[in-house]
Amino acid sequence: MSKIIVMTSGKGGVGKTTSSAAFATGLALRGFKTVVIDFDVGLRNLDLVMGCERRVVFDFINVINGEAKLNQALIKDKRIENLYILPTSQTRDKDALSRDGVEKVLNELSKEFDYILCDSPAGIERGALMSLYFADHAIIVTNPEVSSVRDSDRILGVLNSRSRRAEQGLEPVTQQLLLTRYDPDRVERGEMLKVDDVLEILAIPLLGVVPESQAVLRASNVGMPVILDEASNAGQAYMDAVGRFLGEDIDHRFVNPQKKGLFSRLLRRSA
Amino acid sequence: MSIFSFFRSAPRPSAVQAKERLQIVMAHERAGRSGPDYLPMLQQELLAVIAKYVDIDQNKVEVKLDRGGDCSTLEVNIELPAREQAKAAAAAKAGDKPAGNDDAAAKRPVSGGSVNGSAKKRG
Repeated sequence: MSKIIVMTSGKGGVGKTTSSAAFATGLALRGFKTVVIDFDVGLRNLDLVMGCERRVVFDFINVINGEAKLNQALIKDKRIENLYILPTSQTRDKDALSRDGVEKVLNELSKEFDYILCDSPAGIERGALMSLYFADHAIIVTNPEVSSVRDSDRILGVLNSRSRRAEQGLEPVTQQLLLTRYDPDRVERGEMLKVDDVLEILAIPLLGVVPESQAVLRASNVGMPVILDEASNAGQAYMDAVGRFLGEDIDHRFVNPQKKGLFSRLLRRSA
Repeated sequence: MSIFSFFRSAPRPSAVQAKERLQIVMAHERAGRSGPDYLPMLQQELLAVIAKYVDIDQNKVEVKLDRGGDCSTLEVNIELPAREQAKAAAAAKAGDKPAGNDDAAAKRPVSGGSVNGSAKKRG
């Protein structure tokens, strides 16, 4: 039986697609057969971040409408065994996502895959609702910033009231926080919300803290999930988060400022 | 950096303000999530009561909600018609009472606690 994960946030631009690409890749690296689905109909981007944009022939909406077989739309990742991408349509609109259609595709995928990761669009409208409706687990991507935290709280409310599990009175969708674009130096200067502040406000368990990192842009430039950049902070943080998701006990790194040597301190002063 | 800045109290970090503002706004949003939004209904019913006694223009009504830490205020501003119109309206209505006094804007609490009403009057 496969598990359905939704990567969601309410607010746009906080790192849902980056995190979806990284997380799906991480799960596949751990040996789980994983598919990541783009729910952002009309604003497809997961294909670019995953580096498979030139291999898209059929998409999620084609499969829902019966215009293509699921196997024709699934794109196998060229780097990682066990990793597949289901891109969305760039031309249709979100009304193409019917609940029955989405359910049919998810049911078919769940026969084959261990994890189905749904990359939610921003907002709380049809695309976002469909991406979270069937979820077993939700990863809430949040930036340490007021509008993002507020929108995350809103999406938690939606998960608790409008998901399939909520509607059918089943066990609630598990919720975990992925705090991205965290800058420990700014936190120390009192310019940014602390991890603990965000946890206190949202009151859900912490899955990981991904530091603000130049590696993220570099990775998306070349269509590589940032988790594959093993030397980068962000890549390591995602790898840790995947481990925690699988139940491992891993300490949180990247929460405190890195100790600077005397030399770099002097350089910073003079800069 | 001047030597005096050592004696000045440090400004409150912006992150602290961010946290406080979030806690306040989200406490209200979470509370409101469970029940239906009662404000439009409240406004209609208040207006219905006032309209029984005073002839008011539905377009000259302003409802404001200000959310604070432990106390919120609901301010309802209703612009009453000019005195002559008010008298005419009062005469037209049976069992009506003439609309209060005059020029100055009078603030009258509609009910205690967190709900305040202020009725503005044009003379």
